Amino acid sequence: MKIHEYQAKEIFKRFSIPVPIGYVVDDLEKVKEVVVTLGVPVVVKAQIHAGGRGKGGGIKLAKIAAEAITAAKSLLGKKLVTPQTGPDGQPVNKLLIEKAVDIEKEYYLGILLDRSKSLPLVMASAAGGMDIEEVAAKDPSLIKHTHFDPFLGLWSYQSREIAKFLGIESKLLRKFEQLLRSLAKLYLELDASLVEINPLVLTKEGDFIALDAKINFDDNALFRHPEIIELRDYSQEDPLETEASRYNLNYIKLDGNIGCMVNGAGLAMATMDIIKLYGGEPANFLDVGGGATQDAVKNAFRILISDPSVKAVLINIFGGIARTDRIARGVVAAIEELGEVKIPVVVRLEGTNVEEGRRILREANFDFIVAENMSDAAEKVVKAVL
Amino acid sequence: MSIWLDEKARVVVQGITGREGRFHAIACKEYGTNIVAGVTPGKGGQEVEGIPVFDTVREATEKTGCNVSLIFVPPPFAADAIIEAADCGMELIVCITEGIPIRDMLYVKDFLQKSNSRLIGPNCPGIITPGKAKVGIMPGHIHKAGNIGIVSRSGTLTYEAVWQLTNLGLGQSTCVGIGGDPVNGTNFIDVLKAFEEDEETVAAVMIGEIGGSAEEEAAEWIKNNFSKPVVAYIAGITAPPGRRMGHAGAIIMGGKGTAEGKMQALRQAGVTVVESPAQIGEAVAEVLKKREVKP
Repeated sequence: MKIHEYQAKEIFKRFSIPVPIGYVVDDLEKVKEVVVTLGVPVVVKAQIHAGGRGKGGGIKLAKIAAEAITAAKSLLGKKLVTPQTGPDGQPVNKLLIEKAVDIEKEYYLGILLDRSKSLPLVMASAAGGMDIEEVAAKDPSLIKHTHFDPFLGLWSYQSREIAKFLGIESKLLRKFEQLLRSLAKLYLELDASLVEINPLVLTKEGDFIALDAKINFDDNALFRHPEIIELRDYSQEDPLETEASRYNLNYIKLDGNIGCMVNGAGLAMATMDIIKLYGGEPANFLDVGGGATQDAVKNAFRILISDPSVKAVLINIFGGIARTDRIARGVVAAIEELGEVKIPVVVRLEGTNVEEGRRILREANFDFIVAENMSDAAEKVVKAVL
Repeated sequence: MSIWLDEKARVVVQGITGREGRFHAIACKEYGTNIVAGVTPGKGGQEVEGIPVFDTVREATEKTGCNVSLIFVPPPFAADAIIEAADCGMELIVCITEGIPIRDMLYVKDFLQKSNSRLIGPNCPGIITPGKAKVGIMPGHIHKAGNIGIVSRSGTLTYEAVWQLTNLGLGQSTCVGIGGDPVNGTNFIDVLKAFEEDEETVAAVMIGEIGGSAEEEAAEWIKNNFSKPVVAYIAGITAPPGRRMGHAGAIIMGGKGTAEGKMQALRQAGVTVVESPAQIGEAVAEVLKKREVKP
């Protein structure tokens, strides 16, 4: 789960990680008041669930109040397009307005899971404020990797070694150590999957401040953090995806026009891939769960076809434990119950009792296109949208 | 021969009184697996289809001599269940549960390093040695005993591959679903190592997907250590970056873990990589044919 920068900064404060003084506004009327309180210069930052805000024009420095108001007007209530949002952009419903900071140096700090070692990992670089992936691609020696113990957190000496790598002066070691160890503590205690400060700045006064803040959480651990679930912002999600999640369906909207409904995540990805291989474009990823029950199929189908770009649907079900004839009856019942399905529906069923399953589809009131195998299904559904 | 699982396994099902646990305990038993015990805390003394239920794995071990555990415990309690099984000396632990927090799995991994137990999963379909035993949720009847080893991060996609093989008359030695989570007990290399040592396995099928670098690491290992032919399929060539594709571990992050990168690494290691999930079976048949032609 993702949260906004201003929410991450609230959490930082709880862990004694310094952040700039700032206020969140969702109303243009309030901008002036906030700027007066803070004193210029200020930074106006669009709050969206995507990176690349700087490049997308979502972060603006204002030297006088009028500039801040102009910046706020150009962002609030609009959609911001960044290299990471996709062409439609994300809605900006809130702005974070912060007092600008006198920057001496910038650093990058990130904590994430190293999957191959099954350990949490600190990534640190003196190339702060830049895209860390670009840094990694250009010169990996600029990034220091430090694994730490998931029980005990980051040791003091590890943070000192990181500080030395970053070229931090001896007199600032303690300040840096406190900040970094708090960050590691936050990562573990809150079950984060990613914590990132880019940039962490050293001010001219010799203080470290997290100028930006990013926290992603492990969805599987949210059950023990009800206060974090509260931070979810549905306006940043695709409405169809939100609806699908209500029915425990895994649905991700894509750019194509062939809707797909599959049981199992791996097979669902494979189905998207084979559509592409046959020259089509998948409109979504959708896993209805291994069992593909009638209810799941019905809800999934309704969500699928409410996407106006979907011109045909491919249902690909491998009947494992659940028998194919029962799944076929579920699919037929779901579509009859929905009614008004006007686009071609290709169905590929495989598994036990497959002949019976196909017979049920052929004899249904709805004109299913029954496919013999996965290749045949992909070919037929791609032809159906031509 | 086979790897890790055969007819001698004595299986305890943790979480046997839940809906899933009960259903699959019975399905495994019907397949011929020796299910000797169940465990649900607070339900000791009950029976599920003639299988005795105990409060703890310790008790089940003492009374029934179980040595393999199959876990259907809900996510908040699953790490505890895995560690309990390991602490009781289960040689093989298969965890089906989906949705275990990553931090819990880090603790589990740490504990397992100090034990002799092998964990398969979590978030996986389990393991089956066709004709001998099934410890998992896969449909047993689509399998056929034979010589192809299968290792996969996915469930239904594995059934798909198995079904293609079975329909071509190609049986399987053992099929292992290692699961779709970012932190798991057994990885591709562990399984491939066992296939290399297993005389019965003549070829391997590897089914990977986007996210992480397990396939790349396996490719590197295969290049230097695996003597049998491997056919691989990687799902997710059309998956957008930064999005989790159903499985917790299936996500392209920071440009890493793409299907293209994995396919390329595997090809460079001499693996036959198929572009289409519908061609897995045929590709295996083909590499076997080529092998036989050669002296």
